[in-house]
Amino acid sequence: MTIVVSCKNITKTYLQGEIEVHALSGVCLDVEEGDFVCLSGPSGSGKSTLLNVIGGLDSPSLGQIIVDGEHFENMKKGQLADMRLRKIGFVFQAYNLIPVLSAQENVEMVMQMQGIPQIERAEKALRILKDVGLEGLESRRPAALSGGQQQRVAVARAIVSKPSLVLADEPTANLDSNTASKLLDLMLQMNREHNITFVISTHDPMVMKMSKRLIKLHDGKIISNQLSHA
Amino acid sequence: MNGLPLLFSLASRNLWRNHRRTLVILFAIILGVWAMIVMAAFMRGISDKMFHDGIQNLTSHIQIHESKYLDDPVINNSISVDSTFKEVIDNNPQIVKWTTRIRVPAVVASEQDTAGLTLVGINPETEAEMSFLKSSIIEGRYLTGVEDKGVIIGKKLAEKLETRVGKRIVLMSQDKANQVADRGFRIVGLFDAETDAMEKSVLFLSIDTAKSLLKVDEEISEIAIEISDINNADQIVKQLKKSFPELDIKPWYEIEPLLKMITDLYNSVGIIWHLIVFLAMGFGIINTLLMAVFERTHEFGLFQALGLKPAFILIQVWLEAIMLLVAGLLVGNLVSWLTVLATGDGIDMAKFAEGMQMAGMGNVIPFLIVSEDLIVANLVVIILGLLTGLYPAWRASRLVPADAITRV
Repeated sequence: MTIVVSCKNITKTYLQGEIEVHALSGVCLDVEEGDFVCLSGPSGSGKSTLLNVIGGLDSPSLGQIIVDGEHFENMKKGQLADMRLRKIGFVFQAYNLIPVLSAQENVEMVMQMQGIPQIERAEKALRILKDVGLEGLESRRPAALSGGQQQRVAVARAIVSKPSLVLADEPTANLDSNTASKLLDLMLQMNREHNITFVISTHDPMVMKMSKRLIKLHDGKIISNQLSHA
Repeated sequence: MNGLPLLFSLASRNLWRNHRRTLVILFAIILGVWAMIVMAAFMRGISDKMFHDGIQNLTSHIQIHESKYLDDPVINNSISVDSTFKEVIDNNPQIVKWTTRIRVPAVVASEQDTAGLTLVGINPETEAEMSFLKSSIIEGRYLTGVEDKGVIIGKKLAEKLETRVGKRIVLMSQDKANQVADRGFRIVGLFDAETDAMEKSVLFLSIDTAKSLLKVDEEISEIAIEISDINNADQIVKQLKKSFPELDIKPWYEIEPLLKMITDLYNSVGIIWHLIVFLAMGFGIINTLLMAVFERTHEFGLFQALGLKPAFILIQVWLEAIMLLVAGLLVGNLVSWLTVLATGDGIDMAKFAEGMQMAGMGNVIPFLIVSEDLIVANLVVIILGLLTGLYPAWRASRLVPADAITRV
């Protein structure tokens, strides 16, 4: 199998006042293509930091990150941004849609930056919004959508251009269980049908249960990494 | 660039996201543009009016005298205008008008009072185009020709002498033989000048009548010249001095140094005013844009997470500043133009009349918009806006995505 994400001995330390905090300590991790990985652990265990480092949103203090064969350590800000644009999709806990754009425009935005022609990106955006159950709501702005609907737009935005990797940071945390279940089904469907690799950080037992692999973190270290029975 | 339409769309929509803040900053820009243009128009109006009135008050752009005349303005210190002289003046393409004057000290007496003044003998035809006199007649008439035997005096002098049009006055001066020359003249007209000083201190009569009174043939005291471009006064003075080295030839600012000083002062005040507005508006724009950037830190982090490069974010914020500037400039220019239009011929500053007369001006100050001031005001705002917009934009583009995205 192809390795999509390879973390080699990742350490991340930062200063909180005068105290040095070790957010990640020597994390080694390989994620295979088509995997559906769940990162779990208590608050402060390093889940979000690991996601940020894998996504190039933050740089590790030590160690190497390789995503889809590309090494992050020598990349400049612009190159990292380009890498994310082409290969990584993000889903955040707080939905993080652009408030001045409609649902369709939010989904199209990444494709627009990728240079996909308008007709093609409109078609793709409408199709994916239909797939995530938002047909008829394409022209609504985020403020006119419910939390679940906004998160579905965020998922649609993350997967519409078929990235190699989708990183989701507690995507169900703000949703009720029914909506969270539907969203999880959606992500699993995308994983199955399009072979998109997902790395999800969560506290949600339902997400953990549905993942293909469960990685537990504690104090910035991986304490278990096992295939689940989903 | 792939994202250019997206950039425009995001920038324009973001502006109306917090419409109150946008309107406040827009208002600040409009006010700044308005203040600069209208104030420049007012300053320019004062400066231009002062200059125009000063030049019209018998100063002209260039004056030629006998070398000793300005120290001792008697009829003996006079010059003759011969054919060579006329040829040099007429062949200079930059000289558009010229006239000759006799200008000597005199005493005027009515039945009630006397006054010391300057007797000015003029060629009514050429003088009409060069000084305030013809357009300032408020009673009686202007002189009909070089042989007209009447005199024109100022309204204030008539009040002092308790005389009027149609009455006679006696004029006394010193003739070429250093003898007292006196003769009675009938007042044919009264003039109302911009300043009381001019009305009280000058009496006009035709140049031939003055020559006859002072017993001279072709001699005159002064040649007044008007040129096509005031900026070339120095150059023309040099040319004339080359042709007439024995004569005293002076540009307007040497004849009226106070006029030069005051007009320069007003131009300097204009620059200081631009600077004040520049600073006040600059801080306003930068403050508001920085607020807008800090408010959207989270969003800029999101943009970067989605793969938008820092340059995209910089351009987006800068574009917002530019859009605000363009809108502010358009409205600001329009409002300024309407303001100037509303003032019509100018604003009446009668309350400050005494001070203004001291500066050689009339009471009504017209607003004058010149392209140079418009360009400067607009350039100041554009440069300022681009510079001040750049800092918040740069700040936004330098955010670490992971930090920015966690900020609420």
